[in-house]
Amino acid sequence: MDTKEILKQVEVIFKDVLDNGDIVLTEQTTANDIEEWDSLSHIQLIVEIEKYFKVKFSSTEILSWQNVGEMLLAIQSKLG
Amino acid sequence: MSKNNLSFKDLKKLSKQDSTALQQIKVALLGDSATQLLATSLQGIAVARNYALDLFEAEYNQVERQVLDPTSELHSFNAQITVIFQSTHKFLTAFEAMAPQERTMAAEKRIEFLKDAVSLLQGKIIIYNYPEIDDAVFGSYGNKVETSFVYQTRKLNFLLMQLAQENPNVFICDLATIQNKFGRDFCFDSSVYTSTEMVLSLDVLPIIAARTMDIIASLQGKFKKCLIMDLDNTLWGGVIGDDGLEGIQLGHGLGIGKAFTELQLWIKQLKERGIILAVCSKNNEQTAKEPFEKHPEMVLKLDDIAVFIANWETKVSNIMQIQSILNISFDSMVFIDDNPFERNIVRENIQGITVPELPEDPADYLEYLYSLNLFETTSYSSNDKDRTKQYQVEAKRVSERQHFHNEDEFLQSLNMISEVEGFTKFLIPRIAQLTQRSNQFNLRTIRYTEQEITDLEANNEYKNFAFSLEDKFGDNGMICVIVMKKTDGKEFGLDAPALFIDEWLMSCRVLKRGMEHFTLNTLADYAKENGFKYLIGEHIPTQKNSMVKDHYVNLGFSKMQDSENRFVLAIDGYENKKVFIQKA
Repeated sequence: MDTKEILKQVEVIFKDVLDNGDIVLTEQTTANDIEEWDSLSHIQLIVEIEKYFKVKFSSTEILSWQNVGEMLLAIQSKLG
Repeated sequence: MSKNNLSFKDLKKLSKQDSTALQQIKVALLGDSATQLLATSLQGIAVARNYALDLFEAEYNQVERQVLDPTSELHSFNAQITVIFQSTHKFLTAFEAMAPQERTMAAEKRIEFLKDAVSLLQGKIIIYNYPEIDDAVFGSYGNKVETSFVYQTRKLNFLLMQLAQENPNVFICDLATIQNKFGRDFCFDSSVYTSTEMVLSLDVLPIIAARTMDIIASLQGKFKKCLIMDLDNTLWGGVIGDDGLEGIQLGHGLGIGKAFTELQLWIKQLKERGIILAVCSKNNEQTAKEPFEKHPEMVLKLDDIAVFIANWETKVSNIMQIQSILNISFDSMVFIDDNPFERNIVRENIQGITVPELPEDPADYLEYLYSLNLFETTSYSSNDKDRTKQYQVEAKRVSERQHFHNEDEFLQSLNMISEVEGFTKFLIPRIAQLTQRSNQFNLRTIRYTEQEITDLEANNEYKNFAFSLEDKFGDNGMICVIVMKKTDGKEFGLDAPALFIDEWLMSCRVLKRGMEHFTLNTLADYAKENGFKYLIGEHIPTQKNSMVKDHYVNLGFSKMQDSENRFVLAIDGYENKKVFIQKA
């Protein structure tokens, strides 16, 4: 799956978990750009993404991403 | 505790809903790990059950300060219910910080703190117990070693039970059983813990919130009182009308009969705990009763069933009839039936009743029913087990009433005797319980704990009565509670001493028996003998007590000026009401 496709699906998860239909994600988006995205909702996002893609992230990975793009790459590499 | 209920996401959405119309409960949440998502879950589950939590969430890891400092935000918040969630993780950290020889005292040290907390906190307290972490330092040998963490955790959970037994205001929310059911790997997510300091997984949050809410709702008087059972393929395998007494599946040994026997054993335990059992079956009555009378492997007997209805009417109308005999609300009833069609009809037509979605395989019934935690309670007294008998007697009374020409003649024939007492030690648990349970005939719906009841009796400012009622069919036990505050009357704008009826509640079992007249006569007699000139009653309306909104007017009180719900009765000139109840 290419990162564009993953981005689309991740965006759906963001909208749902953060309960905000207006969210538009790009690879450059960071937590600073989205009001509802804080450390607690971050963990919800991770858990939902893990469930959706049936992957598991390490805690180091979870804390290391600087933006959405890095998250997408991590998902892509797990999907193989 | 079922997994397929609401998810955390659902609860989060619910928590944002407008809940201003719902009954508010003030709850404080204290945790030594991150509790924000637990708080969200609690608020969501509350809305799902028609409550709104006014929630105080203490700052992270401030349990001790908030509790021990009398000027803390917690104390000024004045919660009805305080939830204390100290995690096994933090207990482990504290344990590890102790010198090895001190570790034998780890559990007791924690309990010492909780004892202080209990004595300092107002209201009810819900303490989460400690799901085990097997640190494997000693392996299974830890069971023999007092300084092992496993040993101290189990000891702590045991001491918590004792603490709760000694303090009527303390309730344990059993996280340990939740972890037993779903497993540690489900309950704890290491990456969530690492990145948020939260020791609970997102998946277990809704389950823990539900278990907590079970206790909170029960404290509000909302809990299950009655289990209504279908028969064929629910209590035994097969169809009695087709398969006959020898053909139905029931009994120990291999095979599915065992599942039904074990289900019945569980139901029998519920009955002994005070849950009323009723049967609702599409069958000929004689056929339906045959297994109860003759099958050697039946655990449940006719004696265990308060109301037995077997006919070819719809289950909806039969359940309504059961309700009219038992006189309890539909939301306190659980209906089990193997047939999805019947379940749906009952669910759709009877609002409030709980109808578990029994699994297809009867072998799964019991574990599934366990998982729902349907019968949470916040009180238990040894009288509870007699409840079935009282309702059976009531069913008999209902049929007897039809034989008399007028009400007086019927009441006369009952040979009713009432014993009037104060709040004696023996009665205290039952009195507290009645104040917790009774919703309909309850004028002010004040919930008292055993401790509060004890204090009331010791307080000279108050006069209390407990009434029991016995008749030719049997003993109804203690069925009416009165709490009166002695006043000089001035605060009510009266010119002479008055008794304010702080609480008047009665069991609905004894309605239409003249008990309210007998009670009023007793109160008036007391007032006369002790120089009180007025009785003042008040009705605080709730969703459930509209049946008593005209209670005081019906008794001859008149509405007080400047007050919607207060009523007054002058003692001078009061004539005793005619009753058919003798004083013991």
